[in-house]
Amino acid sequence: MTNEELKLKIEELLPGFAFEEGTEWLTLNMEAEGFKPFALQLRNNESLKFDYLFCLTAVDWKTHFSVVYHLTSTDIRHTLVVKVKLDKNDPAVETVCDIWRTAEFHEREAYDLMGISFTGHPDLRRLFLEDDHVGFPLRKDYEDPINMIKL
Amino acid sequence: MLEELGTNDQGDMIINVGPQHPSTHGVLHLVITLHGETVKKVEPHLGYIHRSIEKMSESLSYRQFSYVTSRMDYLSSHINNHACALAVEKGLQLEIPGRAQYIRVILDELTRIASHQLWWGALAMDLGAFTPFFYSFREREMINEVMEETCGARLTMNYIVPGGVMFDLHPDFQKKVKIFLAEFKSKIHEYNELVTGNIIFQNRTKGVGYISKENAISYGMTGPSGRGSGFKCDVRKLHPYELYDQLKFEEITEEGGDAFARYMVRIREMEQSMNIIEQLIDNIPEGDFQAKTKAVLKLPKGDFYSRVETARGELGVYIVSEGGTTPYRIKYRSPGFSNLSALNDLAVGGKLGDLMATMGTLDLVIPDIDR
Repeated sequence: MTNEELKLKIEELLPGFAFEEGTEWLTLNMEAEGFKPFALQLRNNESLKFDYLFCLTAVDWKTHFSVVYHLTSTDIRHTLVVKVKLDKNDPAVETVCDIWRTAEFHEREAYDLMGISFTGHPDLRRLFLEDDHVGFPLRKDYEDPINMIKL
Repeated sequence: MLEELGTNDQGDMIINVGPQHPSTHGVLHLVITLHGETVKKVEPHLGYIHRSIEKMSESLSYRQFSYVTSRMDYLSSHINNHACALAVEKGLQLEIPGRAQYIRVILDELTRIASHQLWWGALAMDLGAFTPFFYSFREREMINEVMEETCGARLTMNYIVPGGVMFDLHPDFQKKVKIFLAEFKSKIHEYNELVTGNIIFQNRTKGVGYISKENAISYGMTGPSGRGSGFKCDVRKLHPYELYDQLKFEEITEEGGDAFARYMVRIREMEQSMNIIEQLIDNIPEGDFQAKTKAVLKLPKGDFYSRVETARGELGVYIVSEGGTTPYRIKYRSPGFSNLSALNDLAVGGKLGDLMATMGTLDLVIPDIDR
């Protein structure tokens, strides 16, 4: 499916999303509210079938966070990028690890390094850093007086 | 975590494997819950060599950042550099010369063979066979010599740069690659005789560490590990980059989903990689090996994502650019990380001794997981 066809399809099913222009893959922006049912639709709908989450990451935009989901369908072979905008002070979004199981580790990584909390995650602990580590290193305002984290 | 070690209230034993253990190939720490000898749960503890490459890359220029990626999956450093170069070239909308494309693909495939050779030797050693390790290192040495002559390094190549490759090929390159191909053709047969057909090896890998295709997709298992379950995930076929759409090669999949299927995928992939190199090695075009680029690279505002097939699976480089000379945010979607997330599913219900075969056929490289 081309980007245009996919866009029409998604608008038909779930109207009211803001799409980005001039991107390689169809990219849509949304708020955290209503994300979980939308994600379920993306995987379960027969004409979408996004069954492979190939990347999940978070970006610190200083004024807000965004969590970026790269999805593809192994059957229909189309790709979609979903960017969920999160609040600066309390970044939280519902987990998708019951939809795509790879998200379990990816969400733990995003929690560990960026401090995004994924509600409903079965085991949201730090993945790389010590359990008692303070702060989230990938945030733009993170300072570490001891370890060199910037060059 | 430490106070939980020992036994739990159901009489299950909880043991540590690693962080320093020969079968984990690096500093991977597994906390395993055992009922008798049956694995009930495997919990990986990561971060022993976490270097925060993503954070470091935010203060490196677009020419510099790919050098740290050689230290991620050190057995596929060429392909890692390639992914970075592709992402930057996507942002700059840069066309690279034909000669550079040929060199890149040949070296990628040589890297893949070298990585699979090391994996083959190490897997056999995990399962108690010592000889294959020496066999595989004997042939791998030939590739390392080719790499050393052309790139100046044996492990962290840093040879592929945005716009092409750093230097031209060594004059002996074609000759030595052909000698290697002729030699290794007969050696794969030897590999099969020594290990693949071995009844002890087959008993230890067949039916061990099974994962279905649906679960493999859900866990994002890619590379030979995913293809062992019949998941067609070869990026070279699905999203061809460089010359891969013009080449004739087969995407290897097996339907077994067990350790033996993953083993067979890698063995057969080595043959396909040789096939690809044979198609290219005599036809390397003359001309520039690098496109003309500015001294300081500046990417426009936007997101750039490149996908390549490393020896372990799909590597994604996601660059978020704000229009400056350094990336605003970089994410490396490493294949080992997603493959490891499936380990619990693969190991539960099996025996502790089978865990080594399961992990060995996932081909984990820990720096790739920790980054």
